[in-house]
Amino acid sequence: MAAAPQGAAAGLPAIQTVNLSKRFGHTEALVSLSMTVPRGEVFGFLGPNGAGKTTSVKLLLGLLKPTSGEAWLLGRPIGDLQTRRRIGYLPELFRYQGWLSAREVLALHCELAPLPRSSWKDEITSALETVGLTERASDRVGTFSKGMQQRLGLAAALLGEPELVFLDEPTSALDPVGRHDVREIIRGLASRGTAVFLNSHLLSEVEQVCDRVAVVDHGRVIAAGTMDELLSGTAVKVRVTGLDDAGKNKLASFGNIDDEGDQLTFTNLKPDRVPELVAEIVGLGGNVFEVSPRHQTLEDRFLQLLEEEDK
Amino acid sequence: MPPTLVIARLTVQETSRRRLILALIILTLIVVGFSAWGFRKITTVTNSSGSTLPPEQVALITSQLLIVVTFMYSGVLALSAAVVAGPLISSEVESGLLLSILARPVRRSEVVVGKWLGLGVLVAIYAAGSAFLEIAAVDWATGYVPPHPVQLVLYVGAEGLALLSLGLLLSTRLSGITGGVIALVAWLMGWIGGVVGDVGTGLQNQAVENVGVFSHLILPTDLLWRGAIYAMEPDAFLATLRAAGTVGRANPFAAVDPPPLPFLAWVVVWFGLMLALSIWSFRTREI
Repeated sequence: MAAAPQGAAAGLPAIQTVNLSKRFGHTEALVSLSMTVPRGEVFGFLGPNGAGKTTSVKLLLGLLKPTSGEAWLLGRPIGDLQTRRRIGYLPELFRYQGWLSAREVLALHCELAPLPRSSWKDEITSALETVGLTERASDRVGTFSKGMQQRLGLAAALLGEPELVFLDEPTSALDPVGRHDVREIIRGLASRGTAVFLNSHLLSEVEQVCDRVAVVDHGRVIAAGTMDELLSGTAVKVRVTGLDDAGKNKLASFGNIDDEGDQLTFTNLKPDRVPELVAEIVGLGGNVFEVSPRHQTLEDRFLQLLEEEDK
Repeated sequence: MPPTLVIARLTVQETSRRRLILALIILTLIVVGFSAWGFRKITTVTNSSGSTLPPEQVALITSQLLIVVTFMYSGVLALSAAVVAGPLISSEVESGLLLSILARPVRRSEVVVGKWLGLGVLVAIYAAGSAFLEIAAVDWATGYVPPHPVQLVLYVGAEGLALLSLGLLLSTRLSGITGGVIALVAWLMGWIGGVVGDVGTGLQNQAVENVGVFSHLILPTDLLWRGAIYAMEPDAFLATLRAAGTVGRANPFAAVDPPPLPFLAWVVVWFGLMLALSIWSFRTREI
């Protein structure tokens, strides 16, 4: 693989990919992923299950070999051993050595990172405190709940002040307090200039912390941009009764509908079409109780994109 | 500490924390205790004329019983090596444990060699420790010491190491249970291959004898075991076997000669090949 295409090392993006692709047998897991994540940016990578998110992370970390394409992390080709000193990674599905204590797991990662031995104590203490595991530091990991293991994984990813951190579903096992903590940790990382690549199903979480996002489906990026660029539309929520499925289908001309029974959300509808929509519903025999236009959320946009992709 | 040694240390630490080492120590002490009691009985039993056995007969019976007891030890070692090595890598791939380790500046070859080293040290310590205890117990009970105790330890240890190497190779691709079972079946097949070779020797049939040679080349555990037997046989017994000609050589619990040097050189190459294959297999595996 050639050297990174542009700039000096320090100014190079945290992640750069050019037509990165991965095929497993006949399955296209990732198709021509081209993207750039600048240093210090929190980048959200969204998609339904099996879309290719974890495959992308594994490709970037050198755990999988790309079928074609190129990629660089911190200015070095993927798979470069030395670059891994500057990277933190929280896998999606993982387990640590259950027979080690939390402190021992982190010491092991300090040793493998490798960090200077003199810094281990401070690094471990700080990481445990950041993820709220200080009081369980000496307990065996085998006794930890899934959420606590996830916190420990996050602590391991934070060791050594990495320049780039991959978080693959970091809050899937956490309670609301834990999720809030993780959001704070991500903001803290960004504030000190660490780039964060965040894979998550939790769209509200992504919306709150990410500078930019890419939406991936069936191995292809179907949309990418800043939050403002992606969420420029308006969603309209309508509370309505008396509409059967046939009636709801006749509203398809108003765009993608998120149907939750008596509550219909038109995920991308211009406000000036609201009177027309209400007239149509009434004409179909529906009883309208509430109509509330609002800014599109990431969930609205996500559902809209997937709907469009399936058509 | 280099990553290879960190992984080796972690492997030793894991078997220790999981109490495998403790279990083996306790079992070994129990076996040594019982066998010492049993060997002691050889010196006190009487023959049909009511007198105790002469020292030569005690030595002969002890040497034969020691071979059987050592067969059990080598079996325990081979079984343990296969069962522990089988899931050594595969279980950590399946659980995702290796994801976080391999995202560090650690080569896959360092993981493979580190795990081989860690378990290899345990195999060596167990082989040496159990052999020392058993030989000391037999010496105390009967005054008999096998003629080549150091070679005995080396052969038994190498047999365990061979099973460990095979188990580790299988572990890079197959699940722990599958790899462990295949390694065990291979070990037994190797032993049977050696017996078939013995039958060929007894019948002076080269084709059947070659079955044993090939099985020894593919998996050298049986011939290493024969080396261990040779190390335990007193000279008088060897002379009897040699006098019996080809019939004396057709016995899975006897060895007239030590393993030939070219074969021992092949064993060294075999270990290298197994490690190289394991590294290649793991490096090309997508996790």
